[in-house]
Amino acid sequence: MNLPLNKEAWDAIGLTLELAACATLILLIVATPLAWWLSQTRSKWRAPVAALATLPLVLPPSVLGFYLLVAMGPHGPLGQLTQALGWGVLSFTFSGLLLGSVIFSLPFAVQPIQNAFESMGVRPMEVASTLRASPLDAFFTVALPMARPGLLTAAILSFSHTVGEFGVVLMIGGNIPGKTRVVSTQIYGHVEALEYAQAHWLAGGMLVFSFAVLLALSMLRQPVRRVLP
Amino acid sequence: MSSADGLRIRLHWARSDFELHVDLDLPAKGITVLYGASGSGKTTLMRCVAGLERPANAWVRVGQDLWQDDAQGIFVPTWQRDLGYVFQEASLFEHLNVQKNVAYGLKRSPKQGATEALAAAIELLGIGHLMHRQPASLSGGERQRVAMARAWATQPRLLLLDEPLAALDLARRQEILPWLEKMRDELRVPMLYITHSADEVARLADALVVLENGSVKACGAAQDVLARLESPALVGEDAGVLLHGTVVQRDAQWHLAQVEFPGGCLWVRDLGRALGQRVRLRVLARDISISSDEPQDTSIQNHLQGTIEAIVADAHPSQAMVRIRSGESILLARVTQRSLSALNLATGAAVWAHIKTVAVIA
Repeated sequence: MNLPLNKEAWDAIGLTLELAACATLILLIVATPLAWWLSQTRSKWRAPVAALATLPLVLPPSVLGFYLLVAMGPHGPLGQLTQALGWGVLSFTFSGLLLGSVIFSLPFAVQPIQNAFESMGVRPMEVASTLRASPLDAFFTVALPMARPGLLTAAILSFSHTVGEFGVVLMIGGNIPGKTRVVSTQIYGHVEALEYAQAHWLAGGMLVFSFAVLLALSMLRQPVRRVLP
Repeated sequence: MSSADGLRIRLHWARSDFELHVDLDLPAKGITVLYGASGSGKTTLMRCVAGLERPANAWVRVGQDLWQDDAQGIFVPTWQRDLGYVFQEASLFEHLNVQKNVAYGLKRSPKQGATEALAAAIELLGIGHLMHRQPASLSGGERQRVAMARAWATQPRLLLLDEPLAALDLARRQEILPWLEKMRDELRVPMLYITHSADEVARLADALVVLENGSVKACGAAQDVLARLESPALVGEDAGVLLHGTVVQRDAQWHLAQVEFPGGCLWVRDLGRALGQRVRLRVLARDISISSDEPQDTSIQNHLQGTIEAIVADAHPSQAMVRIRSGESILLARVTQRSLSALNLATGAAVWAHIKTVAVIA
């Protein structure tokens, strides 16, 4: 079958999916404890940390990308650290892109999980403690399973948000074909080169993908019927 | 009621708008009811016993187990306390089916014979057919029974029940009360039970602690606390005494049973209790009238002879509450001040108490 996409486009799709999958995995691992802490703590650090975790939501991607580029660069604090660890400079690499994506999508992972933990209330954890479950045991056997819809929402949002990211990628990834070029920057490239047919295929694919994601989300959020006591 | 294996609680809990100050020595068996109005501190007290709240200055001991002693810096976290807790709204784990809910604590507290004990509780509470259902599909009464079985399954040394019936309608309450009585009688685990229902006090309480604004107003055997005139636990229409007796005779023709108690005999409706069975009777103060002579030609079946021990004014100025001693038992009667004056009754007078209604409550 003669597909209308060239190899470059397929590379971009593959890289996008890989990036989104890795970012989602890391985000779930990082965001779950953070969301739990935010939902439980009474510490004075709660508000500043919550604001920081939400910052990428309102910050222009170019601003975030700019600071990340500076930080990851050879003279930035992050760049010095990664160089000292022997990892080299992360900007214009897949790892750099991954780090940027994780930070960029953090609020999309933290908020649904935090909401799920908060709507659960303290009672299920109290019940678990009266049934001999240690706090860690109760977290894994009660809090996490009860927050499942929130975790699923977080995963879907993180994945699709990473797929759709453009500004941060452009700033810190440099749009290098086969290395840091993702679908969104590939579309941009096609348009600049006046390859509208290619751009149409990719853009249409993104449209269908985004619609499917939102459809899945709203079906997920359908209220569960329950019998009230 | 002091004992080495009982529950001892001393705590002082201060918040800006509320202070709880108690020193209690509670029995190691039966149901101890914590009774009081909303905001009297019942739930806070129970949460402190469970370790769900941590008062700064407390001493909690169950039998030989010290759960909290701030003088020694001891605070055992809830999950390491050998207790069961039933919350007001049955807080089942919605992501687990009934079977996994009741097994949750059991798995974490493997004790000798625990599986058999759980099987017995499931049988006792009549929830065997619900095992594979999800909590969301259960009725309120079923949920509460599952919660009770789940709490019991860890075979705790103390079972804490925080108004387990409050969220249920009257019919569901009537459905659960017999299960609670069975748990008390057959499972032999001491229970601390919060309620603000006079009916539940009368039916379930062996010991009674009355809380008011964070302090203990009365504490003792339920029968004694309820017979008190000074600072009565149950007031108004609920005022009355408990009597424990034994069925000694059954009258098949009139469907009556005679119950003997330390202080006399009473005829009650025959509810099918066997001869020799222990029953709990509740006699309300409003259902007793007094005369100075032996009654004749009256429709009232029960008359007890006694002596007036005390008379106090009741809430309304027209009424008085009279404590009558009959043998070893105490009765409370509510009469008008005018009749007291007309009959010339005072402390020490010999009287007849006419009991219009006796409720057999257990």
